[in-house]
Amino acid sequence: MYAFTYQRPSTLADAVAAAQAEDAKLLGGGQTLLPTLKQRLAQPSALVDLSGVAEMKGINAVDGGLEVGAFTRHSEVAHSDLVKATIPALASLAEGIGDRQVRNMGTLGGSIANADPSADYPSAVVALKATVTTDRRTIAGDDFFTGMFETALEPGEIVKSVRFSTPDKAAYAKFRNPASRYAIVGVFVAKYGAEVRVAVTGAAGSVFRVPAFEAALEANFAAEALNGLSVSADDLNADLHASADYRAHLVTVMAKRAVEAAG
Amino acid sequence: MPCTVTMTVNGKTVSREVEERTLLVTFLRDHLSLTGTHVGCDTSQCGACVVHVDGRSVKSCTTLAVQANGASVTTIEGLAAADGTLHPMQAAFREHHGLQCGFCTPGMVMSAVDLVRNNPTPTEHDIRDGLEGNICRCTGYHNIVKAVQAGAEAMNSPSAKAAAE
Repeated sequence: MYAFTYQRPSTLADAVAAAQAEDAKLLGGGQTLLPTLKQRLAQPSALVDLSGVAEMKGINAVDGGLEVGAFTRHSEVAHSDLVKATIPALASLAEGIGDRQVRNMGTLGGSIANADPSADYPSAVVALKATVTTDRRTIAGDDFFTGMFETALEPGEIVKSVRFSTPDKAAYAKFRNPASRYAIVGVFVAKYGAEVRVAVTGAAGSVFRVPAFEAALEANFAAEALNGLSVSADDLNADLHASADYRAHLVTVMAKRAVEAAG
Repeated sequence: MPCTVTMTVNGKTVSREVEERTLLVTFLRDHLSLTGTHVGCDTSQCGACVVHVDGRSVKSCTTLAVQANGASVTTIEGLAAADGTLHPMQAAFREHHGLQCGFCTPGMVMSAVDLVRNNPTPTEHDIRDGLEGNICRCTGYHNIVKAVQAGAEAMNSPSAKAAAE
């Protein structure tokens, strides 16, 4: 690692001020950032550790859903009785991230701000009609992810919390890379009354919805409603783990599994 | 610019000047000479470096020492009793041949103890799932799973519970 300075502010305002420093980087659980630094793929001048900011922690029931602080670790979401009772699909998604030790460090805010194309949480943010609250504004989940490792966040803007809407039914199904446990393809399906949302992660540069699947499931919320439907392989990711065609195939398969799991 | 970190390691308060970029595993091994915590892959995959920070198992090669400032850290050296009696999980690994070369064992044992503390009666599936972050190149895992099952039973016995308090 290259040398950097380190700060651990205790308020969001102090964190925002510290993040203004040139080439400062925000540190969540560090499960992506620290491996990046160890490989000298980044050279921040300063790390601003958000673990001391109490306003960014905790899971609370709010009208119509759950508000999860950005500095809530994956294991806390996975084991929260409130999350398990309110949006069990969210708890199960969190329990499937990385491995136990990664879940004990990694945070919701870190995951979505990093916007890895294969990360799990972006699918939940989009499918569960989330709104992302930052130090300065709220951003609709649909508008938050703008590209591969790109979000609507401005430089130095810090995610404070994410508000997820409680669906009638939901499930997340992931075809994971067995070594990294990232999603080769992950599909989050959520049903709100007559509305169905299908969000896909891992398949493309950024999370995306599938309007054709949503329309079919709105007409008939059953796995067979997706028979014969598929997404185009154009612009999907291709790497040594899966070709674009295979990923396109997996999108339908995992969407069906998610619908079945949602019941 | 060096900074001072203070933490409780295996029940003892320690304080050292370190660089901000010092990893927790480097702090434990090089600054405190606690070499039971191993560095295997150094890329957050293998789990040989697992320690407990405030009761949660974490990969100390992917944690900065400053992130553990003020925390309570337990390493493999802190598991056995003061008189050298092995922790029930350590004893179970020995009894059930849960190791061959032993390189992954400190991390395996630390992960297993964390697993059982959160899930006192894990199924075989729970154990295999819970040890996903730990890689062993020797055993094929079967004896590790057996050891963790036996270790869990031993940790749940009344005498072990009394000793842990």
